[in-house]
Amino acid sequence: MTTGSTGGKLTAAIVGPGNIGTDLMYKLLRSDVIEPRWMIGVDPTSEGLKLAREKGLEASHEGVDWLLKQDVMPDLIFEATSAYVHREYAPRYAEAGIVAVDLTPAAVGPAVIPPVNGEEHVAAPNVNMITCGGQATIPMVAAVSRAAEVSYAEIVASVSSVSAGPGTRANIDEFTRTTSRGVTEIGGAKEGKAIIILNPAEPPMIMRDTIFCAAAPDSDRDAIVNSVFAMEKAVQEYVPGYRLLQEPQLDEPSAATRGQLKVSIFVEVEGAGDFLPPYAGNLDIMTAAATQVAQNIARAKLASGGN
Amino acid sequence: MSDLNTLTRTWAGTHGTDLFGDIDLRLTDTCLRDGSHHKRHQFTAQEVEDIVRALDESGVPVIEVTHGDGLGGSSFNYGFSHTPEQELIKIAAQTAKRAKIAFLMLPGLGTKEDIRAAQDNGGQICRIATHCTEADVAIQHFGLARELGLETVGFLMMSHTQSPEVLARQARIMVDAGCQCVYVVDSAGALVLEQTADRVAAVVAEIGHQADVGFHGHENLGLGVANTVIAARAGATQIDGSVRRFGAGAGNAPLEAFIGVCDKLGWKTGVDFLQIVDASEDVIRPAMPEECKLDRMTLMMGYAGVYSSFLKHAGNAAERYGVSGAKILLEAGNRKLIGGQEDQLIDIALMLKAEQDKAAANS
Repeated sequence: MTTGSTGGKLTAAIVGPGNIGTDLMYKLLRSDVIEPRWMIGVDPTSEGLKLAREKGLEASHEGVDWLLKQDVMPDLIFEATSAYVHREYAPRYAEAGIVAVDLTPAAVGPAVIPPVNGEEHVAAPNVNMITCGGQATIPMVAAVSRAAEVSYAEIVASVSSVSAGPGTRANIDEFTRTTSRGVTEIGGAKEGKAIIILNPAEPPMIMRDTIFCAAAPDSDRDAIVNSVFAMEKAVQEYVPGYRLLQEPQLDEPSAATRGQLKVSIFVEVEGAGDFLPPYAGNLDIMTAAATQVAQNIARAKLASGGN
Repeated sequence: MSDLNTLTRTWAGTHGTDLFGDIDLRLTDTCLRDGSHHKRHQFTAQEVEDIVRALDESGVPVIEVTHGDGLGGSSFNYGFSHTPEQELIKIAAQTAKRAKIAFLMLPGLGTKEDIRAAQDNGGQICRIATHCTEADVAIQHFGLARELGLETVGFLMMSHTQSPEVLARQARIMVDAGCQCVYVVDSAGALVLEQTADRVAAVVAEIGHQADVGFHGHENLGLGVANTVIAARAGATQIDGSVRRFGAGAGNAPLEAFIGVCDKLGWKTGVDFLQIVDASEDVIRPAMPEECKLDRMTLMMGYAGVYSSFLKHAGNAAERYGVSGAKILLEAGNRKLIGGQEDQLIDIALMLKAEQDKAAANS
């Protein structure tokens, strides 16, 4: 196959020039291992396509079909459309030998949370970024479960209404299902639950997430707390606006905690303000995580020379 | 005066005479759902059976049974259920001879699978609640409920926060998605009389006879029954209440009192006043941990416009961290928290504690 990679960077196409795709472009433009070269949409009047052109990308409103007809293909495709679209096109990306980083809840490939399993799937042809709520909370579930046995974890993601797009709204069940699966499969809890709240307050609220874990009663309290603080730092490496609002709260086992040690973790996610306003930390953490994961993939490929 | 009390829309006028006769207003008792908050979600199977039997025998046509926060509500954030709600729905459906069993679900918490399970257990009316600006998150659930042959109701929660025009637009989204009755829901008990009437009237004007309109009131400013009367005059034909106010915050509009008022006004509900008053004393009261009170905490909710089910959670956080519960509620109002954000009450309590500790260190 012919790919466009040059100068120690993998080339990338972003499919979907909406809020997520555009924000992602700004992050990829700063990458030292990925070169965003194409922005693909379906609407000629799209603001995102216009911005991409201004930034020197080749922009087309003729969709993925146009991209796949080009002589030179990207190494990577970032899917920022919808689960429906990605399920349709994923086989064609694979056929063309293009690695897909999927920012929709389609879950075609394995799910990745950068500080937990970011290095595990660098050779996979398709990786999934779960949901914004998952990216913000699963690291903390994993932080507790690496220090203690977690029988149940529950996450509550509150985002501003204006930052929840039509895809999220039409598929809110997929959000809760995909996120709770991530809480168990990657977070390491035996059982998981996810709740999402859309708050219309003006000015828009910054994304807030609460993580509740039921840990074994005899768990090492200090180990849990230290692990949570360490995870905050690990996420801050790619999302600087990710912060604990409070120290982790420990409630001793009682009937109300069903006999378990209850660990409550409160975080806020302020976005970097690349394209989206800082309150939209939910979208920022998705694009930042996708960038992080793609860079891991790029470094592995560049190191092995197998490109 | 008598003109005021001539209802322009009635249940029988739209739906004809049914099992409950030629009724003007169809009542839903929600003490086994909204009251679940007051009960801290600890209803037993026996209590549900006894309450459903008493309400059913009194002639209450609809009885809502679910965790206070709807299907899937059993959690750290909202409180774990004593008995799984699906079991309670099943017992309620087996016990009721005439009444239909309704259940509540909130998109983002409950899922379509929960709706299917509730129907399998005998639930007949699916009530889907969203914050009153977010109706579009419920489109897929209304679609499923109708497909399954369930009767549907939409709840526009925290209706006091938005204008009549905004509510009307959101009601339109629900009706277009398959909702058969849109409720104006005064979750904070913050609406005052005409504010209720204007909202109900705007929804009636928008959806006409494509769907019914309902009202769900709380007592946090002591206006539960009065708001409900004015809502009926404005065109609401489905009415919520809880016997003995058994609900979140200062409780719901007391259903038995509203029934008495309806008798006085000549509005037919099909419920026997003497029987429901007996049920209130003999069956519902014994299941309550205490009466629902209009006190400092609950007044603060109506005054600051705070979601009623925050009450017990604010109380827990106040006790855990040694801060004022009333201040937690006021700050919840300042932060414009909406239903479901119970987790943020702990964050507020920790913030108040930090301020308190700082003040103590400086004095």
